[in-house]
Amino acid sequence: MSVATQKKSTAPTSTGAGMRFVGGMSNYIDERTSISGAVKFLGRKIFPDHWSFMLGEIALYSFVVILLSGTFLTFFYDPSMVEVHYDGSYVPLKGIHMSAAYSSTLNLTFDIRGGLLMRQVHHWAALLFVASIGLHMLRVFFTGAFRKPREINWVIGFVLFILAMAEGFTGYSLPDDLLSGNGLRIIDGMIKAIPGIGTWISYLLFGGEFPGNDVIPRLYVLHIMLLPALVIALIAIHMVLLIINKHTQFAGPGRTNDNVVGSPILPVFAAKAGGFFFLVFGIIMLIASLFTINPIWNYGPYDPSPVSAGTQPDWYIGFADGMLRLMPPGWEFVVDGYTWSLNLLVPIVVLMLFIVIVMIYPFLEAWVTGDKREHHIAERPRNQPTRTAIGAAGVTFYAVLWAGAASDLIATHFRTTIEGVIHALQVLLIVGPIAAFWMAKKIALALQRKDRELVLHGYESSRIVRLPGGEYREIHTPLDEFEQWKLVSFDEYAPAQLRPNARGKITIGARMRASVSRFYFEDRIAPVVTKELESRTH
Amino acid sequence: MADKKSDVVTSAGSAVSRPDRLQNPGFEPEHTRVHDESPERARGAERGISLLFALSGILSASAFALNFIFPIVPGDLMSTRYNNMFVGLAIASGLLCLGIGAVHWAKALMHGHELVEERHATRGDDATRARAVEIFTEANKESGWTRRRLLRNSLIGALVAMPIPAIALFRDLAPSNRPEDVLGYTKWEKGVRLTRDPNGVPIKASDVTIGSAFHVIPENILEIEEGFLNEKAKSAVLVMRLPLDALNEAEDRKGWSYDGIVAYSKICTHVGCPVALYEQQTHHLLCPCHQSQFDVSNHCAVIFGPAARPLPQLPITVDAEGYLVAQSDFLEPVGPSYWERLR
Repeated sequence: MSVATQKKSTAPTSTGAGMRFVGGMSNYIDERTSISGAVKFLGRKIFPDHWSFMLGEIALYSFVVILLSGTFLTFFYDPSMVEVHYDGSYVPLKGIHMSAAYSSTLNLTFDIRGGLLMRQVHHWAALLFVASIGLHMLRVFFTGAFRKPREINWVIGFVLFILAMAEGFTGYSLPDDLLSGNGLRIIDGMIKAIPGIGTWISYLLFGGEFPGNDVIPRLYVLHIMLLPALVIALIAIHMVLLIINKHTQFAGPGRTNDNVVGSPILPVFAAKAGGFFFLVFGIIMLIASLFTINPIWNYGPYDPSPVSAGTQPDWYIGFADGMLRLMPPGWEFVVDGYTWSLNLLVPIVVLMLFIVIVMIYPFLEAWVTGDKREHHIAERPRNQPTRTAIGAAGVTFYAVLWAGAASDLIATHFRTTIEGVIHALQVLLIVGPIAAFWMAKKIALALQRKDRELVLHGYESSRIVRLPGGEYREIHTPLDEFEQWKLVSFDEYAPAQLRPNARGKITIGARMRASVSRFYFEDRIAPVVTKELESRTH
Repeated sequence: MADKKSDVVTSAGSAVSRPDRLQNPGFEPEHTRVHDESPERARGAERGISLLFALSGILSASAFALNFIFPIVPGDLMSTRYNNMFVGLAIASGLLCLGIGAVHWAKALMHGHELVEERHATRGDDATRARAVEIFTEANKESGWTRRRLLRNSLIGALVAMPIPAIALFRDLAPSNRPEDVLGYTKWEKGVRLTRDPNGVPIKASDVTIGSAFHVIPENILEIEEGFLNEKAKSAVLVMRLPLDALNEAEDRKGWSYDGIVAYSKICTHVGCPVALYEQQTHHLLCPCHQSQFDVSNHCAVIFGPAARPLPQLPITVDAEGYLVAQSDFLEPVGPSYWERLR
């Protein structure tokens, strides 16, 4: 194990023309930018290895692919709602009235070299972008990588997730096709439900009544300028904080809270990450060349009157659409002539609450544990059973809402009634997260017990021996110290003691903290300690 | 900005510390890779990776060539499909070869041992923090930020007021009239014929047979140059004929139908999707977006789903020539609810 202290930069042994050129070039740039400092600081920075650390990378690389393909699309797309007669090569729509936005998207699809490919690359990359951010967040959540000092980076990542969904929705609306137009109509309906200002927000957004002539160019400006600028800025901050905080690593022999073990940026990590970019790009390209996404030519231009059965948003908006579908009938009342549309306000508030809890979770957990230390070891989900159970409950809640967005398709595919599906999902929305919490906690605790067993008694070797007394017994192979360490090195918390503060008072906050702390840490499995290991029996 | 020495030792909260916990055994012995030991294998890997890179170059060039082998022929949709597929596959394989080659190089041939870097506390060291506090203190003294309170508070006030003009600036995002002046009215009025969507052919009462459903727009809507879709988004109507014994009509709406023919707004009262699916056996309308269901025989009362209100009914009758016409506009705003809807 060598240490990544800076070895004296060995002078280039061969001084061929190429080397002299590179040396001269580096010198030229350094004398004008002092870039050698950056190379010294970053060049041998260590990145730990684990497959789950690649999820964030996928997000970053798919965003690069989105930028490249999106730029291509802007050269041909016309963000205008001016009415035109279509006269392109797609025969079924010839002569139909449509917006210039829809017509230019058709031209881009059918008549521009690589246009369809780039549209599909852009759309698939966008889906992958949102999906990989979501999985990356789950990884960070379940391994506790959001703990001090990374709480702020968690919030930044969370905002990026919201921005990614906003980017997705605005982009999805731009072709001005029938499906996306209905999506905008639903957004219009939701905005109008906001008490007091909703009607005005919708009126200003759409430049008058729905659908108006302004919303597509406005969404376009958001989609290609404002939102990407925010995304790029936040990704930059996300990366800077990643460098400052250094990456987390999983527990392992030699790995401590005070070191990072892995590959240096130059050359290994750069080669792996650079290669991985091309792999992500290649896979997106492969999907885009083989699988159709968003065939807008089948939907037709937007018209407020027709709609097709089985309408659905892109998957990442599904949870919000599902929440709308799961509301029971009749939730609206009028006070003093003003309408309160609870059938829309309740979903809006519940979803806001859900995402706000996701955003502030690191601070909640920090408050519960009272732990002010820095944490750089990523935890195995089983070693924090309550957090893992909370995560499982959240995932279940999201999944039920998501299934709700496909309620009609579930009903037709499984030949059941739409009412039955909705009622089942309504029950699941409440019961599901509770059941998932309970099960995940049980499973996590059971896995911890299994780890204890392993450390104390070793692996079952499948070797049965007969003892002199006639007794049969299986020989257990003990773990070596390195394997043991992976299973015993985790943070352990006890429920907080309720103690009076400096002025001898027990505050309500302290009481609350004590009870939440009990909820978190009452059921726990202690790691194996040396005494147990010494007194173990085989 | 107070900097206490004490917060260097941070609280572990309710973490349990066990003095007898197992100790970190230190690093495992390094595993050597087959390519480190056998120069032959290393050369093989080198050749393989170079081959991947060469292949990647060839594939990228072939993607360029495939554009000419499978060109997009205007009017031939299959040509677009082939162009998309073959060019895409060539680009994709070129990228994948490049990626696999680079990753394999890193994993098989580059320095394979893990390196260690020390971490340091994220907070600045005490000297840096002390200097930061000193800078703030000096800046405060030199500017009078806390001393000249009137100055500071008036500055904050000015900064708060600064964005106010934007509120007025954004008013012209929408036309100068108020939303409630336009949202509540449609193109329907007394005597306007009910015509088919989208071609505008008027509908005779005798065309509407029992069980049929017509997608309808007002006759006068097709003349609109500006804002056609806006009007259509409010005026779209469904016309259905029900057997008279299946139709339960309220006393005050007895005259709104014609011989079992009823007209209802097609715009869902939930969030405004078109309620386009009609089940003629049960006389139910279903909105495909969120599955709200309305009972046409009962004034389109909500029987399932998230909608809260019945679909508004359009009072209709027939004119002298037997065509269906509206008696008036809708008597309430159509479409999704909004705050000022009933004001």
